Amino acid sequence: MNTHHENSHEEHGGPKVMLATLLALLFLTIVTVGASYIDFGSGNVVIALFIATIKGTLVALFFMHLRWDKPVNAIIACAGFLFLGIFLMFDFIDFGTRNNLQPVNFNGMPAIQGPAPVAPAAPAGAPAPMGEKKE
Amino acid sequence: MSTTTTDLHHDPHGHGHEHADPHFQHHFTDMEQQFDTSKIGMWLFLVTEVLLFGGLFVGFGLMQARYPQEFLEAHEHLQRPLGALNTVVLLFSSYTMVMGVLSAKKGQTSKLVGYLAATITCACIFLVVKYFEYAHKFEDGLLPGHWYSHKGDLIPNSHGYATFFSFYFMMTGLHGIHIVAGIAVLLWVLIRARKGEFSGAYYTPVDLVGLYWHIVDLIWIYLFPLYYLIK
Repeated sequence: MNTHHENSHEEHGGPKVMLATLLALLFLTIVTVGASYIDFGSGNVVIALFIATIKGTLVALFFMHLRWDKPVNAIIACAGFLFLGIFLMFDFIDFGTRNNLQPVNFNGMPAIQGPAPVAPAAPAGAPAPMGEKKE
Repeated sequence: MSTTTTDLHHDPHGHGHEHADPHFQHHFTDMEQQFDTSKIGMWLFLVTEVLLFGGLFVGFGLMQARYPQEFLEAHEHLQRPLGALNTVVLLFSSYTMVMGVLSAKKGQTSKLVGYLAATITCACIFLVVKYFEYAHKFEDGLLPGHWYSHKGDLIPNSHGYATFFSFYFMMTGLHGIHIVAGIAVLLWVLIRARKGEFSGAYYTPVDLVGLYWHIVDLIWIYLFPLYYLIK
């Protein structure tokens, strides 16, 4: 942002800063839409979420005034995202480590991978460690 | 939000003498503390909003990991240009909103009214675009749960497609409800602004509604790539 020294006399980001923020957000929107038409494999998700996070940070810092606000508001906001991160992380650790989740419940699901016993109605021979109910 | 709905015209307390501002509530030290307190309350509310949508994002992520092919195929039904258009509309509305807050801070009421009207207009454009998107989904039977009736999917009888549209309608619908609520509170602020109730010394409702509007924008910033762009 080129208006760094201007902030001192024009207390807290003036119209110019906000316009620059808007332009940056629009530019990043073009970038993220453009990137979605190029195949980066699994990198597409990472790029899209990375750009979204930059955009979100810009909105929070400038439009929501967190940059100039009392720190307590930023702490509250960060705490929210911190706990969202914990929520996300543990759910995906859980999901990633249960191999027997895939074929449960749904009949007619094709492409069942893995060595799991296929017959859905088979009486459980070995005790399933996760205790998933099969119907 | 109840912190902002001050009893405007009830100022019978005799001890308000050092504070000429009629919006001042006697249990605060001064106007600044009153403003900061309201703002903290708003931020706490915004955090609950983030967590509300966060739960849905987590669910969406888990189901995407479970039905990767179905989700990939289903997301091709969404119209990327319309999603991008709505992103631009919302970003622009966030800009008009923040300009409104700046005008309110400077006590420029007519500018504030103009910016609020522009923000409401953008919100309505967003909903109109959303309406056309939804109409297209309804026509093609791309509906949530057991209403899903689209034919010709690559994986027959998979629950993945219906699951995708369950999440799609749940999340964009909940976001849409937030837009509608945003229009309502923006109108409320607009009417109060036209009555000349805000000044450089008191513009708390404008500021807090602005924060709410930005969080709605911020949620869309994540919804857009996750639904429309990801391969």
